[in-house]
Amino acid sequence: MSITRDEVAHLARLSRLALSDDELERFAGQLDVIISAVARVQEVAAAGIPPMTHAAELANVFREDIVVPPLGADVALAQAPAAELGRFRVPRILTED
Amino acid sequence: MTQTDAAVTSHPVPFEEAVARYDPVIGLETHVELSTAAKMFCGCPTVFGADPNSAVCPVCLGLPGSLPVINKAAIEYTIRIGLALNCSIATWCRFARKNYFYPDMPKNYQISQYDEPLCTDGWLDVEVGGTTVRVGIERVHLEEDTGKSMHVGGSGRIHGAEYSLVDYNRAGIPLVEVVTKPIPGTGALAPDVARAYVAELRDLMRALDVSDVRMEQGSLRCDVNTSIAPTGSAQWGTRTETKNVNSLRSVERAVRTEIERQAGVLDAGGRIIQETRHFNESTGTTTSGRSKEEAQDYRYLPEPDLVPVAPPPEWVAQIRADLPELPAAHRVRVWQQLSWNVLPADKDAIINAGALDLIAETVAAGASPEQARNWWLGELSRRANAKGAELSSLPISPEQVARICGLVDSGDLNNKLARQVLDGVLAGEGSPDEVVAARGLAVVTDAGVLTAAVDDAIAANPDIAAKIRAGKTAAAGALVGAVMKATGGQADAASVRELILARLGQS
Amino acid sequence: MTSGNDLTTLTAAQMAAAVAAGEVSAVELARAHLERIAQTDVQVRAFLHRADDVAMAAARAVDDRRTAGEPLGPLAGVPLALKDVFTTTDMPTTCGSKILAGWQPPYDATITARLRAAGVVILGKTNMDEFAMGSSTENSAFGPSRNPWDLSRVPGGSSGGSAAAVAAYQAPLGIGTDTGGSIRQPAAVCGLVGVKPTYGGSSRYGLVAFASSLDTPGPLTRTVLDAALLHEVISGHDPHDSTSLAAPVPPVVAAARNADVAGLRVGVVTELGGEGYASGVLTRFNEAVELLESLGAKVTEVSCPHFGYALPAYYLIAPSECSSNLARFDAMRYGLRIGDDGTASAEEVMSETRAAGFGAEVKRRIMLGTYALSSGYYDAYYGKAQQVRTLIARDFASAFEQVDVLVSPATPTTAFPIGERADDPMAMYLADLCTIPSNLAGNAAMSVPCGLAPEDGLPVGLQIMAPVLADDRLYRVGAAVENALDQRRGHPLLAEASGIDNAGATAEAGR
Repeated sequence: MSITRDEVAHLARLSRLALSDDELERFAGQLDVIISAVARVQEVAAAGIPPMTHAAELANVFREDIVVPPLGADVALAQAPAAELGRFRVPRILTED
Repeated sequence: MTQTDAAVTSHPVPFEEAVARYDPVIGLETHVELSTAAKMFCGCPTVFGADPNSAVCPVCLGLPGSLPVINKAAIEYTIRIGLALNCSIATWCRFARKNYFYPDMPKNYQISQYDEPLCTDGWLDVEVGGTTVRVGIERVHLEEDTGKSMHVGGSGRIHGAEYSLVDYNRAGIPLVEVVTKPIPGTGALAPDVARAYVAELRDLMRALDVSDVRMEQGSLRCDVNTSIAPTGSAQWGTRTETKNVNSLRSVERAVRTEIERQAGVLDAGGRIIQETRHFNESTGTTTSGRSKEEAQDYRYLPEPDLVPVAPPPEWVAQIRADLPELPAAHRVRVWQQLSWNVLPADKDAIINAGALDLIAETVAAGASPEQARNWWLGELSRRANAKGAELSSLPISPEQVARICGLVDSGDLNNKLARQVLDGVLAGEGSPDEVVAARGLAVVTDAGVLTAAVDDAIAANPDIAAKIRAGKTAAAGALVGAVMKATGGQADAASVRELILARLGQS
Repeated sequence: MTSGNDLTTLTAAQMAAAVAAGEVSAVELARAHLERIAQTDVQVRAFLHRADDVAMAAARAVDDRRTAGEPLGPLAGVPLALKDVFTTTDMPTTCGSKILAGWQPPYDATITARLRAAGVVILGKTNMDEFAMGSSTENSAFGPSRNPWDLSRVPGGSSGGSAAAVAAYQAPLGIGTDTGGSIRQPAAVCGLVGVKPTYGGSSRYGLVAFASSLDTPGPLTRTVLDAALLHEVISGHDPHDSTSLAAPVPPVVAAARNADVAGLRVGVVTELGGEGYASGVLTRFNEAVELLESLGAKVTEVSCPHFGYALPAYYLIAPSECSSNLARFDAMRYGLRIGDDGTASAEEVMSETRAAGFGAEVKRRIMLGTYALSSGYYDAYYGKAQQVRTLIARDFASAFEQVDVLVSPATPTTAFPIGERADDPMAMYLADLCTIPSNLAGNAAMSVPCGLAPEDGLPVGLQIMAPVLADDRLYRVGAAVENALDQRRGHPLLAEASGIDNAGATAEAGR
């Protein structure tokens, strides 16, 4: 058993997914199988092997410090589920920053 | 109500007593908004106070499909800061995603740096009460700022709000985070060291021209870590982190109040909880916020949308060569040039008031150091404090202050008149000479006018005149007063006195 | 049959030439294809959004430029089906998900902009597995697309909508994205040419991210030359994408016209074959290898010892990156919002919305990725997978010291029936076995049709793999195989597709 139902519930909370009990049950079983399968990477001896960063090994890609016209508040808010006073209106936030 | 084991209540221990029995260890995490023209990963302008959401684009709004591109100036500024803090600059490093959900973070991850910061392992010397404290710098790294939320309903704070309104103008502004190593051994000076460090860091950023560093605007933000342990303990205590520290004074107060609170908890047999606390400006105390015991798992991963940053040695060398004179060296040089013997306490006062350069320039324009000090730390500081502004923001130049000193020296102004001239310059009426002319503030020197006024005063006060003729020169004071009143204060009191005595045969 | 249907069976190259020569207008082409879509999409369900007005306006603009004597690009006036993962300002972008239903982006993807600038006529947005996660389009929130060869079977995924559209003659050009095989596998099971360019060769700006270090836009077409032409239009450095290559686009069109493999060293990858592969797939693959030999290529077997770990490494890296990339879908700034009744918290609204807006596969991968990145697990999972990835890249590098290209089947089976693997995630993942190594290493890869499996008459794809930035080699080999097989057959492969009415796709058409 590589992952328990409680662990799956924890993952769901961390990733902001309100899963039903049925879903939790089903996903726990499926994730268990998948995690066992992907754990195969641990068989590979990789001491001293660097992690991959890019196929062509790019580095130092920058932009100049130049201002570009922004979208405009109207456009930015156009698709907002809710807006007020030129801002995005969001439900009350529980967690303190 | 402090957050300790439920059964224990405690009261803060007065500071002097607390530091007599406990050793504090402090640490500071400072965020500095860079003054680049554009944001960290896109071309939006880095404005303050613009209409909400008027400086956003697909990238800083985190729209699906958007991608970041690193602003080269932000890297350069960060290297500049690292070099000025005596850090090692990474030869190869990456950005990383710090994952957590929060409405002011459009992507619900922040592009930051994790285990590969751009600068590491430096130091900054800080002067406190005549001693030098070397504050170790753990790391300097670069990240993007978040948006800003307004909480509606309730008290305006997050607790009890009905909903929030978010402005993303600030999202994506480049933010440099400077983290100190823990600072032990400061004892009773801990609050002062904390304050002096932030002040010095702020001056450094200004000298480097990388940020406005205005705490009241949020371009310099401070979190203060405090822990205490009984004097002589081998181990350090549990630390708390205090946020919402918005001014230099608050930095000092936050450290002080936390030491007092923690001492109270430990004295009562409780334990300190590792947590984030919120500093309250009006009460000067901290309240419990989010518990750090259940530490957030940010699930860092190297940012796959960016490629590594490997600053070429020639570039770093060029940045180092172009570093301006840093504040510490600058201060040494200015003191030397002033060649003025001043007590350490006065030195501190001058530096804390931000007056050193102003005094030096006033001296260079012809005043004496004492005159310059008296004006800047006296009248001008009073006026600056009344406005809640910095000395350097007052609308008067060192040259103008020197001119006023010169007019007093030459007798054209007395001190009272000089203050009126000062008012005029600060009010925007013009240069000192222009104010004198416009307001007619010159000291009256016309001998005829003065003699007439003296004769009038003598005639009006025959008894006093008689006393003076009899040799009681001290009585001249009352006649001087009368003449000053008659001339609207525009006579030179000493000259008037001499004239009176001469008139009455006593000079 | 109407002349409209004849038009739709032309290749893109032929259509472009006809437009340039004034023999047919872009408007006629657009109309013919829009009619074809109207006739067939009830069955094929390739399109999520049909942009008839936008397409006709774009076609008219090309015609205007032509009559004004302005120069036209090599694909001007040719219709195209665009995978719904690219942002378009004048069409919705849903990524096959309810969470973005109706979202109208305020900016065009670079790919979108380059297509428009080239005069390509975008007909609409095609169906896909939700957020590009899947190999069949069965994970689309809007229902699966169907394979024009057999409507009861999948068209592959995640770019199944674009593949179905091209295979059904609804457009000669399709754009897909390939993260674990999502262009090459649909191409293989639909009898098309599908290319994954070198990673970074074409811009990801405006491509809604699934796995940032793997996602690659690419062409889906009926011929190798058409793919090369499209490859050149979309490729090239983009300053908006930090991972895009500054190197010049490899000369793929010239290579497609060259088509000469004499003396070319071809390596058959030992690890990509054998058990788990359908016999028809292996048969046609082996024949393709023999064909290459008969055309003058030098064929050897090459071992890539870490390829067996490619699938597990991929299913750690991709979900990890996607768990982070999809965090932005939180109901706060755009998209679906559920549960905001005035009392629920932001956290609750986020969780309700994401639970309702994401499908099962997306949820699985988000949780898998969250797990793999968790403190304490990072080194053993994501960290390790990124190291395995380096080893796979090194396998390719040493293989390419011995050979010029590598070959394998594109996918272990032919198109499977809709529903067959929908409840078995691991079985579904196996479709990506052959394609994943090239995604991990970032090198160029192509699937080109190499016949029909004898047992079911369904298309089989030959996968060709080339080194990073050597995309042109794909086209040289692909064109050689295509020419030889078309000649042998006497007609293009797609003419044999019998799933829908391919009236007009006669033996003469498309030559």
